[in-house]
Amino acid sequence: MSEKKIFSRPKTLKDAPFHFCPGCHHGIAHRMVAEAIDKYSLREKTIGVASVGCSVFLYDYFDVDVIEAPHGRAAAVATGVKRARKDKIVFSYQGDGDLASIGIAETVHTANRGENITIIFINNTVYGMTGGQLAPTTLLGQKTTTSPYGRDFMQDGYPIRMTEILATLEGTAFAARVAFTTPKNINMAKKAIEKAFQFQKEEMGFTFVEILSACPTNWGLNSIDSMKRVEEEMIPYFPLGIFKERKAADVL
Amino acid sequence: MTETRDLVKGNEAVAMGAIDAGCLYYFGYPITPQSDIPEYLSYHLPKVGGEFVQAESEVAAINMLMGAASTGIRAMTSSSSPGISLMQEGISYIAGSEIPTVIVNMSRSGPGLGGIAPSQGDYFQAVKGGGHGDYHLLVLAPNSVQELYDLTILAFELAEKYRNPVMILGDAMIGQMKEPLLREPPGEIHEYPKEWALTGAKGRPQRVLKSLYLKDGELTAHNWKLHQKYETMKESEIRFEELMTEDADLILVAFGSAARISRTSVMMAREAGMRVGLFRPITLFPFPEPQLTAMAKAGKRFFVVELNTGQMLEDVKISAQGNQVDFFGKPPGALPTPEEIFEEIKKIYPES
Repeated sequence: MSEKKIFSRPKTLKDAPFHFCPGCHHGIAHRMVAEAIDKYSLREKTIGVASVGCSVFLYDYFDVDVIEAPHGRAAAVATGVKRARKDKIVFSYQGDGDLASIGIAETVHTANRGENITIIFINNTVYGMTGGQLAPTTLLGQKTTTSPYGRDFMQDGYPIRMTEILATLEGTAFAARVAFTTPKNINMAKKAIEKAFQFQKEEMGFTFVEILSACPTNWGLNSIDSMKRVEEEMIPYFPLGIFKERKAADVL
Repeated sequence: MTETRDLVKGNEAVAMGAIDAGCLYYFGYPITPQSDIPEYLSYHLPKVGGEFVQAESEVAAINMLMGAASTGIRAMTSSSSPGISLMQEGISYIAGSEIPTVIVNMSRSGPGLGGIAPSQGDYFQAVKGGGHGDYHLLVLAPNSVQELYDLTILAFELAEKYRNPVMILGDAMIGQMKEPLLREPPGEIHEYPKEWALTGAKGRPQRVLKSLYLKDGELTAHNWKLHQKYETMKESEIRFEELMTEDADLILVAFGSAARISRTSVMMAREAGMRVGLFRPITLFPFPEPQLTAMAKAGKRFFVVELNTGQMLEDVKISAQGNQVDFFGKPPGALPTPEEIFEEIKKIYPES
């Protein structure tokens, strides 16, 4: 009986074990981004922008050039990289505290300028690395270390839907929200991430993929229950789908 | 052929210097009194194959600069005091990640919204760090339109030489005034090795520009490495100008705009038969401490003049090593006149 290798590590990922907690979705997201980069043979021309949070160790896993941005500023850093090197593929990888709170101005303006970069946005409804505090994406009623009575809209407002906001901007070429909860959703996620990089390759404009992601450690749930929470609590508020897909580069 | 000098505004001289130094990218946000720099560059950079980007804030501008410069090209930003305050986080990251950048502060007055008049109230911020962590900028303090041009070109060179952010500390006065400028672009731009630049990991290992060091001992080593760089700057990059210091009993110490005014006061004192000189630091970091210390040891007395309530004064005091240091400060709102400073000189000039 002969053996055929049908599954291996993407070339863009280094042979390094992830430091992420058990059940965290960063590992899947990393792999999927690496696969998309591989698909279009972009590794040697890709420059990644790491953000502050659990995602900062991007450079330990991706075998591409990486710059580490200050908290929330990844989109601005990516803008600078891309303007200076238009022949490169530039992506940032950011969490919800980074992108939707402290970095919302940079995110919105980068999209609005139609910067030809890709942002991978990990929404897990908490600040992960600092210990599970309230994020702009924290769901109503959700208890966190800084919303011990549950998120109350009278005090903290409603969870922010970044993909919908960015989809309204003319500079955005592609905006989608995905999750890893089912094989169907995983396939959709893979296609969306690939589309984002394909669009960047074709100079279509700003591309954005939001990934609903589990944070079992800070949610106080096991891996399976975390997956259920994404499916049953997050998706109803943060619907999956493609919210913007530009047809041609010069058509808004 | 006679040399042609053009009547040029200080801010424009900075922009011209940037273009002649091979700067291709500018990121900035409008603020008085430096908006001529972005205005000039928005017009001229596209003509030399570069790009001008108006950022949504100074916070974004400094981070765009960090990104662009990380790829090994020459890039800059400029702002004025409140905007430079907003950039401090990014400047700290740039210093920690060792990315060559040029940052111009045409400073205005503070604290807070302050005013748009010239001030030297940002000396501490520029020279002592400004952002968090143990780092230094290389700080150049021009005092004329010509020097704004020349030092801008030098700033790009020094930034690459040391892989460090370089700040040009001007103020509303020299940024806004017009003087004849001899625009002599450097014949050749010196290329420093850029084996750190992010250009895509093609046929070479990955490159990472970062400031996070968590492994045991890593950050300590990184901080000492940066410190060593600053020590090298102290050995090699101190720049200053002296006027009639050799026989002087009293030496005025002033930089930038304050030095321009002080120069006239020194001439007035000389006409009155007083042996007074002027020492003008051109690099504020590294500070010309050894030069001042040598003069202090030779018995010279120092008289510091600043457009603030006493900031460089502290560095002069350290340099004077116990010798008497007098001070005349004029916080923003009004500039001192040469006569005013001359009156002070008369009060403290050694009798014997």
